[in-house]
Amino acid sequence: MGSRLRDMIRAVRACKTAAEERGVIAKESANLRTAFKEEDQDYRHRNVAKLMFIHMLGYPTHFGQMECLKLIASPGFPEKRIGYLGLMLLLDERQEVLMLVTNSLKNDLNHANQFIAGLALCALGNICTAEMARDLAPEVEKLLHNNNSYIRKKAALCSVRIVRKVPDLVENLISSATSLLSDKHHGVLIAGIKLCTELCEANFSALEHFRKQTSSLVRILKNLVISGYAPEYDVGGITDPFLQIRVLRLLRLVGRGDADSSDIMSDILAQVATNTESNKNAGNAILYECVLTIMAIEAIGGLRVLAINILGRFLGNRDNNIRYVALNTLIKVVAVDTQAVQRHRTTIVECVKDSDISIRRRALELVCALVNESNVKTLTKELLEYLKVSDPEFKPDLTTKICYLVQKFFPNKRWYIDQMIKVMVEAGRFVKDDISRALLLLISNAAELQGYTVRSLYNAFQKWDGQESLAQVTVWCIGEYGEMLVHHMNELDGEEPVTQVTEADTVDVLELVLKDFRASSTTRAFALTALLKVSSRFPSCTERIKALVLQYKGSLVLELQQRSIEFTSILSKHENIKASLVEKMPVLDEATYIAKKVDAADVAFSTDSKSVPATVLPAVPVANGPTKSKSGTNALMDLLNLNVDEASTPSAPQTRKSAGDVLLDLLGGNSSFTSPLVASPVQGPSGGADALLDLLSIGNATSQTTSSPLSTLEPFPQRNPEAASQKPSNPVPDLLSQNTVSSQKDSYSSFTADFKKSSIPGAGFDLLGDLGIGSASSISTTGPVYPPIVAFQSSGLTVSFEFSKQSTNLPATVIHATYTNTSSNTYTDVIFQAAVPKFMQLQLEPASGNVLPANSSGTVTQVIRVNNSQHGQKSLVMRIRVSYKINGQEVLEQGQVNNFPPGL
Amino acid sequence: MAIRFILLVNKQGQTRLAQYYEYLTLDERRALEGEIVRKCLARSDNQCSFVEHRNYKVIYRRYASLFFLVGVDGDENELAILEFIHCVVETMDRYFCNVCELDIMNHLEKAHFILEEMVMNGCILETNKSNILAPIQLMDKSS
Repeated sequence: MGSRLRDMIRAVRACKTAAEERGVIAKESANLRTAFKEEDQDYRHRNVAKLMFIHMLGYPTHFGQMECLKLIASPGFPEKRIGYLGLMLLLDERQEVLMLVTNSLKNDLNHANQFIAGLALCALGNICTAEMARDLAPEVEKLLHNNNSYIRKKAALCSVRIVRKVPDLVENLISSATSLLSDKHHGVLIAGIKLCTELCEANFSALEHFRKQTSSLVRILKNLVISGYAPEYDVGGITDPFLQIRVLRLLRLVGRGDADSSDIMSDILAQVATNTESNKNAGNAILYECVLTIMAIEAIGGLRVLAINILGRFLGNRDNNIRYVALNTLIKVVAVDTQAVQRHRTTIVECVKDSDISIRRRALELVCALVNESNVKTLTKELLEYLKVSDPEFKPDLTTKICYLVQKFFPNKRWYIDQMIKVMVEAGRFVKDDISRALLLLISNAAELQGYTVRSLYNAFQKWDGQESLAQVTVWCIGEYGEMLVHHMNELDGEEPVTQVTEADTVDVLELVLKDFRASSTTRAFALTALLKVSSRFPSCTERIKALVLQYKGSLVLELQQRSIEFTSILSKHENIKASLVEKMPVLDEATYIAKKVDAADVAFSTDSKSVPATVLPAVPVANGPTKSKSGTNALMDLLNLNVDEASTPSAPQTRKSAGDVLLDLLGGNSSFTSPLVASPVQGPSGGADALLDLLSIGNATSQTTSSPLSTLEPFPQRNPEAASQKPSNPVPDLLSQNTVSSQKDSYSSFTADFKKSSIPGAGFDLLGDLGIGSASSISTTGPVYPPIVAFQSSGLTVSFEFSKQSTNLPATVIHATYTNTSSNTYTDVIFQAAVPKFMQLQLEPASGNVLPANSSGTVTQVIRVNNSQHGQKSLVMRIRVSYKINGQEVLEQGQVNNFPPGL
Repeated sequence: MAIRFILLVNKQGQTRLAQYYEYLTLDERRALEGEIVRKCLARSDNQCSFVEHRNYKVIYRRYASLFFLVGVDGDENELAILEFIHCVVETMDRYFCNVCELDIMNHLEKAHFILEEMVMNGCILETNKSNILAPIQLMDKSS
């Protein structure tokens, strides 16, 4: 039996704690379950209502889904009503159960009672799947011409959903949608215009078609604007603002990029912009929409001025809502007319300091859009002032934006450095890694400013309060340019005089960072490297440095421990090469940095999307690209580079960038010896090569002495030496070239090697080794060669197959399927299915991912194994089906593959 | 470009009505509601009625002890949604005669019927109060 709905609500409301509420709900849910099991007819209606309440409170209600379906199938209207409501609330389009309701929906759509048909339309419009949309589209289309306006309006919105689910139905709906535009009923009009908008967005030919309808849209709007008081749709003296907004929005769509239709609508737009009352919210909503439309279409200057003036009024309005939309709109206007927006600059900057975070965010975005070379100094000053007082919630955004502006528009390098130091002092913990990295790059490239920078940083560091980026940059600069700090080299005009800094003071800074509990292990690693670097330049502190470095030989952080041990060894045993080893870094190369960044972005994308690791693949050719053109030694260096980037991504994306790079940079310091392109300042080439070899052997030695767990766990640093020292340098370019030859076998083998490597992060050890094994095995086992085919091709999706077969097992074929997305939308949740005739066996291995980036910028691969038991008599055939989602909309494509090469 | 969800929340932050126009799992819903409600309820009266949260823009309005929150995606006319919330409230007012929290709790399905006549698949369907209420009142009469 159970209680009444009202009693349950009372019981829930009486609960004092969340636990109590859970208890009540658990009891009610149990009662409902039994009631459903007992097929309790009389109370089914009430039970579903209870279920909705429970659902609203956020408890699971899946057990009641079947009840809703039963209610929908019942003949009475009240039952149906609540059943459909339950369907829309409790079920969603992902559930299989939904299939069961298709038939009831079909019956109800054709029901004589308008309300029942309306219900079915509403349900279909809210939750239908692509399949249901396809099945029921003809019914809905018929209803678009129904003589009842109640049905028509619902059918129109239902069609919106259908078009979104099945875009190829657009063509069928264009004429019906057009006829809706001449309707008199406002509900039908608002739904009909929405449908037209949807069609225009989905399909270009539909947009072309509706451009010809501009005059009827203008007529609708004109009727609304000039008609007198219309009580049934009046909102504060304005006739149906919702409909006006819809029309304006569709006008925006058809007018964009089309001079003719823009011309037709300009009169009415001017009329709306001048005549709409702006003292009420409804009027402002229309003005807002109208401004957006004017700015988007090919409007004449006069109309634009009108729109900008409205925005100016909005911006000066006391109502925060209005100011918010003004800022929001101005962001879009900046692209069209920067001058007009610049006029309001002072007001906008004031808005950045508003007490309301929504407004602040918008204003900040707008300010960033307004900045250019001429005003960057004043605006940055304003923003920096504000950074000091802004609340913590807002600081990350503000910091990122300031850094971005400084980076993009700096008038000179000194100013850039000054501003960045200010930012790092104020909000250093919000400065992202890549920003401090870019700063270092710039410092490294500005030889005349290095002395100035390190002194400013030293001064700024006196105010250090745990800001990560400030510590990293300071420590790095001290490591590189420490002697300039102590000896006041390269002093600039107008530079603030610094009190005498001794070598010990400088080491104090490093020690402070090293021992501060707020510094991350990455920062400490920076500090250790800096210590090593200054050790040769500050002879007075050598012993102290040795002691400091040694303290970390027992660090629990592997990276620090390793650095400590390696550096100690350099400091004590390799005095002869130390000086050249810790020489100043060569000027960092901007181009490589950018290339690396692109690379990293690629990799980061693949880890972000959580797809199976083989998507790292696209990164390989990028990194491989330059190696071909360079000399052998360079190729080796690049390979080291590549190896680090590649191998470290799966396990340590965080530390990789900074920590990994630092050691690499250390190696990179030596790259000047080996690579003839960068001139080494002191050392001759032969000594340099020795140094490199020595360093490699050190790396190797440590990895042995510190036992094997270290080498398996620790992803990057000593892998380079290892990989390089195991292989003599000669075979390296060979292997590389083998890798890049695009013969079928090779690309397969390199693929498997990569796949293996990246799927087991820890085991992704030795790229070279894997490659060798991969290519060797593929040569020995592959049988006859078959040409690859394009198995399936549609507007956006291409599936290509490559085949391999072992000569020892002829019936079996291994197909390597590659999916590519040529459209401009990213496909998510990609699922590939295949079917073969009964005499064959099919085995699908997991795909490399389920996301296909747009514009062929990545692929998903999958291995399919087919065993043809009638090999030699019958050839392969296959039916395939690919489902995926575009912006959450499910799409299904299928086809048959008949073009398999003979002999499979 | 549509309404993603409509929420009615009381002053204590308890959800009193929730209608979603896109699929979210139960846990996602609970988390989303919690975060949004906390954000909106913390705002003072003279701050604007729009809050950006994740990829939603939430437009909210307070009526006595009830908050009406509408989540939309980036491209919706905020002021129009504000007006629409008022339209929903007026419609419920007319149906329940001075609507209050308890009316909505005890007649949850009625409140949903009203919304269903006004919004479909995240698009505004009807704003005329008589048109909205006609089918519901008809049903009341027959039962």
